[in-house]
Amino acid sequence: MDSLISLWEWLGENLIIIQILIKIVLIVAPLMLCVAYFTYAERKIIGYMQVRIGPNRVGPKGWLQPIADAVKLMFKEIVIPSGANKTLFLIAPMLTLGPALAAWAVIPFSDGLVLADINAALLYVIALTSVGVYGVLIAGWASNSKYAFLGAMRSAAQIVSYEIAMGFALVGVLVAAGSLNLGDIVRAQQGQAGFLDWFWLPLMPLFLIYFISGVAETNRAPFDVAEGESEIVAGFHVEYSGMPFAVFFLGEYANMILISALTALFFLGGWLSPFHGFPVIGPALEWVPGMVWFFLKVMFVGFFYLWLRATFPRYRYDQIMRLGWKVFIPITIVWIAVVGLAVVLEMPWWFD
Amino acid sequence: MTFELFVFYLFSFILVAAALMVITRRNPVHSALFLVLAFFTSAGIWLLAEAEFLAIVLVLVYVGAVMVLFLFVVMMLDIDVATLRAGFINYLPVALMVAVVMALEIFVIVGPGNFGLDVYPSPPPLPTDYSNTEALGSVLYTVYMYPFEIAAVILLVAIIAAIGLANRTRSDSKYQDPSLQVKVRKGPDRIQVVKMEAED
Repeated sequence: MDSLISLWEWLGENLIIIQILIKIVLIVAPLMLCVAYFTYAERKIIGYMQVRIGPNRVGPKGWLQPIADAVKLMFKEIVIPSGANKTLFLIAPMLTLGPALAAWAVIPFSDGLVLADINAALLYVIALTSVGVYGVLIAGWASNSKYAFLGAMRSAAQIVSYEIAMGFALVGVLVAAGSLNLGDIVRAQQGQAGFLDWFWLPLMPLFLIYFISGVAETNRAPFDVAEGESEIVAGFHVEYSGMPFAVFFLGEYANMILISALTALFFLGGWLSPFHGFPVIGPALEWVPGMVWFFLKVMFVGFFYLWLRATFPRYRYDQIMRLGWKVFIPITIVWIAVVGLAVVLEMPWWFD
Repeated sequence: MTFELFVFYLFSFILVAAALMVITRRNPVHSALFLVLAFFTSAGIWLLAEAEFLAIVLVLVYVGAVMVLFLFVVMMLDIDVATLRAGFINYLPVALMVAVVMALEIFVIVGPGNFGLDVYPSPPPLPTDYSNTEALGSVLYTVYMYPFEIAAVILLVAIIAAIGLANRTRSDSKYQDPSLQVKVRKGPDRIQVVKMEAED
């Protein structure tokens, strides 16, 4: 163990690039596993919500189902439609997955446990999530199919609209925390009242808007008009098969986990214990590592994604646009002013 | 050659190559995508120059929003390249003249005489906890307050003007008014039960 630690320190001094690569693998490999088992969780949870059992054939209780799916997709034929733009057709899935993974570089898993502790982390995250739309747009155009193209157009318009609401919601967080660094944003939520000190309470409207916009950004139900099975077959990925399709799928789920993690960091106190400062339960749970709290919060928010999908019918397209532009953006602007006033007046409990 | 210099030359090469592709590709969608690549690599070069705020905002605003809308429009246009190139030879002399004048102007302003290490010595390296964003913000909201606000107002006016020019209500378009929809009462607004004699 000691020799491993000394080797690690030696790498940090001499071959820092190798050390960084090892860290990236340590983040991405478990993330991929999480994505695989998120699909399993989705099928099970929605199954039980609809009084079904869900996958239960492969392995005990169906635990090996995601592995079987991955193997199946890997061995399937990759069909490239005639008249498709081959290069762009194959680049598009990578453009969806790449930003979803790159954003994890600035996510703090626990106090100080972060790959790149940069000052402008919040901006970096917004910039990268806004780049993700290119995958969908290019896929729709390069497929040379009308359904795919319609799906891409819908998705692009939707993502650009909801990005504004999302960005404004984050401006509120940034005003409240006074920093763009994700670690500092979490530390600003620290207090003696546990989960009552987190930003979800004073920034409640922004919290809800951020999460709902996140659902719209990731093209998930009830905002999944980009896929819209009943109208445009499967939308932008109708022509994809085999591994390129699987990469789109990975990107979508990685994005969902990313938005869940960001919601946990911005509004639910990141790695902080929800019972910190409480009489009996607080000290009793002080031994739990921060990373565990963080993962529990990410799973909590992730569950909402599945719950929403099982509950709500798909929105009509014009109503999606109305919700984004005429409801969410005005509310966020008003609440930014409220938060700004609260910070200037040093309102008690959160901003004093 | 240091690593930094290597990265600079690599990014500059990609940037110039992408910029050339923007104006030489026949397919407008490809041109737009190469423009995205050009923005991305210039953001990389700005990062090298320790301007991380500008670099990220370039990606956020131009790559994430402006170019998406640009591609959106370009993809929907059915551009006939032949008609676009029809007047190429006729316009060439004028275009060349404009291009040469612009190149000369750029050379006069940002040529090696006005820039370079002897005119602008390289700034001292900044400490690691220096926040580029904070530095920019503190100047923008104090020293450059009025220019900043005037620019914001001009942009707002441009938005309103664009909407005013493009927005027209067609008399035959059908749309639902959500504010009327939510006012619907349970009784006669929704359903009307009509009693009538059974016919045989």
